[in-house]
Amino acid sequence: MEPIIQMIDVFKTFGKQQVLKGVNLSLYEGRTTVIVGESGQGKSSILKHILGLVKPDKGKILVYGKDINKISRKELKDIRANFGVLFQNSALFDSMTVFDNVALPLRERTNKTEEEIKKIVNEKLEMMDIHDSNEKYPAQLSGGMRKRVGLARALVLNPKIVFFDEPTTGLDVALSNEMYRVFFRTQTALKYTALIVSHDVPKIFKLADYVALMHNGIIQDSLPPEDFQTSENPVIREFVEKTMGRIYESEKVEG
Amino acid sequence: MFLLNFAEKLGDNFLYYVNQAGRMGIFLLLVIYNILKPPYYKITNITRQIYSIGSLSIFVIIFTGAFTGMVLGLQGYNTLSKFSSEGMLGSAVALSLIRELGPVLTALMVTGRAGSAICAEIGIMRNSEQIDALECMAIDPHKYVVAPKFIATILSMPLLTSIFNVVGILGGYVVGVGMMGLNEGTYFYSMYKDVEFADVHMGFIKSLCFGLLVVWICSAKGYFVHMERRGGFGAEGVSRATTSAVVLSSVAVLVFDYIITSLML
Repeated sequence: MEPIIQMIDVFKTFGKQQVLKGVNLSLYEGRTTVIVGESGQGKSSILKHILGLVKPDKGKILVYGKDINKISRKELKDIRANFGVLFQNSALFDSMTVFDNVALPLRERTNKTEEEIKKIVNEKLEMMDIHDSNEKYPAQLSGGMRKRVGLARALVLNPKIVFFDEPTTGLDVALSNEMYRVFFRTQTALKYTALIVSHDVPKIFKLADYVALMHNGIIQDSLPPEDFQTSENPVIREFVEKTMGRIYESEKVEG
Repeated sequence: MFLLNFAEKLGDNFLYYVNQAGRMGIFLLLVIYNILKPPYYKITNITRQIYSIGSLSIFVIIFTGAFTGMVLGLQGYNTLSKFSSEGMLGSAVALSLIRELGPVLTALMVTGRAGSAICAEIGIMRNSEQIDALECMAIDPHKYVVAPKFIATILSMPLLTSIFNVVGILGGYVVGVGMMGLNEGTYFYSMYKDVEFADVHMGFIKSLCFGLLVVWICSAKGYFVHMERRGGFGAEGVSRATTSAVVLSSVAVLVFDYIITSLML
């Protein structure tokens, strides 16, 4: 299968800190890839590079075969038209209601009438179980609801690729489970390719087709979850033992 | 060793400022390109910005305009009376306001009231990833966020300057005629006689240029808050960028005032 997104030997230094030291990663159509790793390893930087928000010092980022750092602003805009992004803090517009936030891409990027926009927005909000919050402002919403509004906005144009930056950060167990259910429901319905950056291990493995470990500035390996957990790669093995062990120990204490 | 460190710091500073100037130059070109490029704006976007940048500044403009005119009237009357030229008060007040003080003080007031708000708003949008979100939605933030503020400020500035001038002239009238006892006809006739279209033209050009300068510097400072040298993140970063935007805009207004005056005189 041909990858739709490829990072080839990507290097990036911020100030004096080299964050990416030759990252290689491939994303496949309709599949969910999860990037895991400890905090500060550069997981979100990978996302920002693919979205074209940050330019690499060296290396290529190919989206649908085009190097996004060598194309015009217009071409980049066309490529981004296929993207939906759920940011870590949802990045909702504070001065707009939930409805206006979700309607924004439709109003700015399509010629749909207000009636059509209303129908689509309500449909997406219904999908997220937040259809009764239309007139609320982001400040009046809980963390989980903000995430769902952010996801509704990311999905409102039915994108082909959706990026999730720490989708469950700041949510309690019940809300993060609900977030995963929403993800599963929307992905089944819309069949988008997903890239999730998360440290919610091992729960996130259930959603993944591929799990990639970011460590020391590189992707150690990208494997199906079962293979990832039994990998012989010492770095992956250490990560799995560390994260699973931690959960095991905390369960033992709670038990 | 000391010299080496000094040279390194100097070079580092030079590169930083050249970089910043280049970034701001490209930012200005992109905004102008987006203003001219269709699709054009929904009128409500522009009117909302005109309300927040222009209408909400009217009170402070009237207030400062009135007191500036009154001070001019008082100082002008006292100085002119030494040469028995009190009759020139009207033209002295009007010319000072129309050519210099009106555009400059209006620009400084707009910088303090609206420019700082523009910088803080865009800076917070940048820090809370709203600008990134727009880019990822294939909505150009130059067009959606910045361009309406440019249009509104450039349209509002000459109008606010006119209000400042008119109120200032009335302030001068209150002091000169009402308090000092100057003849009303003399006050207005000297103004009518000495103020020419070229003076109004100069004031108008200045207010347009200052409007562009203020909105450009304040927007760019907010837009690039994350690239600020001492770290632009969080509330402190936005506050630092806003302070720097207000200072830089105010200095730029005064510098460009001299340049425009020397070119137009």
